[in-house]
Amino acid sequence: MTTIDNGVNVQALLDAREVLKGAPEAAQFTWRASSRWQNGVHSTTTIQNFFGLGQEQSHKSETVFTADHPEVFAAEDNGITPIEYLLVGLASCLTAGVASVAQNRGIQLRSVESTVEGNHDIRGILGADSDVRNGFNDIKVTFTIDADASQQDIEALVAQSQKRSAVFDALTNPTNVTVEVA
Amino acid sequence: MIGAGHAGLAASHFLRDRSVDHVVLERGEVANSWRHERWDSLRLLTPNWQSRLPGHRYEGPDPDGYMTMGEVIEFIERFATVSRAPVRTGTNVTSVRRTDDGYHVTTSHGEIRCRAVVIASGACNRPTVPQFADAVPASVVQLTPFDYAGPTHLPDGGVLVVGASATGVQLAAELKRSGRPVILSVGEHVRLPRLYRGRDVLWWMDASGVWDQRHDEVDDLARARRLPSPQLVGTPERRTLDLNTLAAMGVELVGRWAAVRDGRALFSGGLRNVFSLADLKMRRLLDTFDEWARAHGCDAEVDPPERFAPTHVPESARWQIDLRSGEIRTIVWATGFRPDFRWLDMPVVDEKGRLLHEGGVVGSPGLYALGLPVLRRRKSTFIHGIEDDAREVIDHLTRHLAVRR
Repeated sequence: MTTIDNGVNVQALLDAREVLKGAPEAAQFTWRASSRWQNGVHSTTTIQNFFGLGQEQSHKSETVFTADHPEVFAAEDNGITPIEYLLVGLASCLTAGVASVAQNRGIQLRSVESTVEGNHDIRGILGADSDVRNGFNDIKVTFTIDADASQQDIEALVAQSQKRSAVFDALTNPTNVTVEVA
Repeated sequence: MIGAGHAGLAASHFLRDRSVDHVVLERGEVANSWRHERWDSLRLLTPNWQSRLPGHRYEGPDPDGYMTMGEVIEFIERFATVSRAPVRTGTNVTSVRRTDDGYHVTTSHGEIRCRAVVIASGACNRPTVPQFADAVPASVVQLTPFDYAGPTHLPDGGVLVVGASATGVQLAAELKRSGRPVILSVGEHVRLPRLYRGRDVLWWMDASGVWDQRHDEVDDLARARRLPSPQLVGTPERRTLDLNTLAAMGVELVGRWAAVRDGRALFSGGLRNVFSLADLKMRRLLDTFDEWARAHGCDAEVDPPERFAPTHVPESARWQIDLRSGEIRTIVWATGFRPDFRWLDMPVVDEKGRLLHEGGVVGSPGLYALGLPVLRRRKSTFIHGIEDDAREVIDHLTRHLAVRR
């Protein structure tokens, strides 16, 4: 029997699931980002620390994300638009899910590619039409997957990945958001 | 024995077989939930020929039909009479406590001491309703399946049915036929055709051995025990009642109801994926049936394999509805049921109130359960599924009594 390897340590995840079943307090994570205005609609957001498993945790290194708006928005385009970061989050979360589920189901992946399109009517954010929402009207993700599996098994991978995706859930279900001035 | 439904009576049958002195306590009458906790039009999901209890089976003229509630009550009553079960009706159990040599049972008609107790009080004692139901505006009438008898008792106007299990799809169809606008909120669900290759889909579940799969063979037992009931209805026409049927009838489908905010119901935008999951799982199950038919040389006895159209995804499903607008006059919560163990004065349930047991054997010696989802097999909660479970659980109980004697 050949062992499949998608580079996901599924055993560690399954072990964590068992441990956390009996320790819900350790499962409470807080993810954090700190943002700073640069100029115009340009800002930078840094991420390094988070809380989880009952204590402060840290990424190996700090990551800085630059956000701006494109020139068609009369901006300088120093970086991608904030709403595009949602596409980054969704694509990377679903892709991680596909790899993990494939590992767990013994499916060797050769390539996993996806395109994500979010349709956005910008009349909402411009206040041009109060019937138009600010956010995406809809999002479409298209996966192209090369793997040792049937089409049906690949579809099941992608379906299961959505079912267990944090970002898919955050985008498809409402979340309470509190914004305060310190 | 606590409960004189099909489970308690089946266990009583085996206790009598083994000459174990016992009594069956029933809060109401025999088959009480079937009498008082079901809507008027409900029929069994299983065909008549599958309605069998130890030594007792359907012998009427319509083996492929589905029993009405009146027929189910009669069927179970007849079983109670034939098996001469020692039932004490109108006896509500309010507490069960452990003692040095067994259990102390408090009932509405006095105290009982016994060496063993079997809980057969049902899996569907209380309808489950999500917490955000409290935030629904008071102008909207809210019902659970326990409050629902039929469409005539509802106000005119739109109905939001929440949940797409057997209950949800059946009530959505019935309410739509009554002329009301119906919206169905759909989360994860189990899609099944009524007939597959010319046979009842539950014939396949039975014949192929899927239903006999034991609790210790199921991959993810916790998940199997939480599975919603399949989208099935028992009708004389033996028709399929899936989401495509409902959509064709004009029922509007929306995603899983996630929250109420400012009087608005907010639904998940993940509808497409719950359709995919259910379509994929159905296909996998039908593949299993086909493989079984091939391996057992049954291909000639049944129609050729068939595949069903995927669940049609609406052009754009609404993700919010203003509950104050008057569009929705009634909400029907078809969001599941759970057993009630509040009268068990022992630490035998988990933090979510679920009974802790291994194939019906509870951690407290001499305490047993029957009739819960996938108790010992996938068929555990179906009427014909009780015989094997009851026999094995009563075998265990009999051994327990022998050891302690």
